[in-house]
Amino acid sequence: MADRRKYVIPGDIVTSGPFRPEQNVILEGNNIIATAVGISEIYEDSVKVIPLTGKYLPKINDLVIGKVVSHTSLSWELDINSCYVGFLPAMDVFGRDFSTHADELSSKLKTGDLVAARIANFDRTRDPLITISDRDLGKIDDGVLVKISTSKVPRLIGKKGSMIQMIEIGTNAAITIGQNGWVVVSCETPEGLSKAKKAIEMVNEKAHIANLTDLIKDMLDVKDES
Amino acid sequence: MGGRDATMVLLDKNGIRCDGRKIDEPRKIMIRAGGLKNADGSAYIEFGDNKILVGVFGPRDVHPKHMSNTDTGILRVRYHMEPFSVDERKRPAPSRREIEISKVIKEALEPAVMLEKFPRTAVDVFIEVLQADGGTRCAALTAASVALADAGIPMRDMVAAIASGKVADTIILDVNNEEDQAGQADMPIGYMPSLKKITLLQLDGVLTPEEYKKCVDVGVKGCEIVYELQKKALHDKYFGNRDD
Repeated sequence: MADRRKYVIPGDIVTSGPFRPEQNVILEGNNIIATAVGISEIYEDSVKVIPLTGKYLPKINDLVIGKVVSHTSLSWELDINSCYVGFLPAMDVFGRDFSTHADELSSKLKTGDLVAARIANFDRTRDPLITISDRDLGKIDDGVLVKISTSKVPRLIGKKGSMIQMIEIGTNAAITIGQNGWVVVSCETPEGLSKAKKAIEMVNEKAHIANLTDLIKDMLDVKDES
Repeated sequence: MGGRDATMVLLDKNGIRCDGRKIDEPRKIMIRAGGLKNADGSAYIEFGDNKILVGVFGPRDVHPKHMSNTDTGILRVRYHMEPFSVDERKRPAPSRREIEISKVIKEALEPAVMLEKFPRTAVDVFIEVLQADGGTRCAALTAASVALADAGIPMRDMVAAIASGKVADTIILDVNNEEDQAGQADMPIGYMPSLKKITLLQLDGVLTPEEYKKCVDVGVKGCEIVYELQKKALHDKYFGNRDD
């Protein structure tokens, strides 16, 4: 789709003309200016910049991995690797008949627990609202947390999930990727676990290399034989 | 203090300055993006004999809470000189001058940084001057802008800065320590090169209106030179080992 890609830094003029500015660009007069370090992409009627650095900014419907930092009598607070804390109401976990007297929040989620969650609502006036009432969501019982840069999450997933599928098949591990750059890896064998971890860290470091998929494939295959 | 040489010639008849530069020649500048692992973004600059390290954190929670703004994020800047950065040991507590420069740099960065995207948060910029030799505020501002871009804070434009001034009745670019002490005027300029807007303009000394205009023009040209180096620093870090 993208007919023109360019490396840009803040202030660079991506293009000029009648384009719709999307993420990380602003319209200044007739020029479209990048606001982040990244790769610009010009589509038929819109322009955007894919950032290479920066913190995670919650987006509605994103799957994230959160870590419980504290709870009140009504809700949990989750660290979601962002500038805002995730807000998980108790009613979401206990159901509508939740009562502050009968239910103890720490019986379900304790401080330090990892949670796969979805951003239910977020606007600039409030902290992001989080939900775990969906299939595949909820407390993560086992696995290792690997932290990668937010901007490299799409690379780890790959085109239509190709990269992550390959790592999963190559190591027999189950991998959950949060859009916030936190990844949980669980595997029955310790070798598979360490290999999957290594592969994820490699994607994080070498995200810019063109034939990374082959590189990872080689790494996983070679290790299999030895 | 460092024993100012009364007989020193600031500008000789061939138009060569006390450190061998031409009148419109900046000092040697080296900028490096990144370098600090624990900061969200960082930059290091060598601007002649100035050596400055900048670390950026954020956007993150505001502490104390009452400082936060529900409409927009806030920018906090600390400019600090190391005790060993000058000839005679400088006491490490923030001085009047450091507090002022912190404020000046903060206000010079604010037009560029798009904090309204992160309400209720703060972006903290920590500037450490390791070695000072005149023009630290410009060098610090230049490096701070690279560090902010490295941290991924959305910005309308980079901010490049350099000082112009007047020495021996001539307008010069990039005032060094000697020229600052003995010269007639010193004008630090911060400039957004793509938007063509000035974000910092100070003047210490006396200039005629014509000299003032020339001084600004020379400074803006200097900022464009600095901007190319900022660009190079970011390109080296992010696109350095790429094919195209």
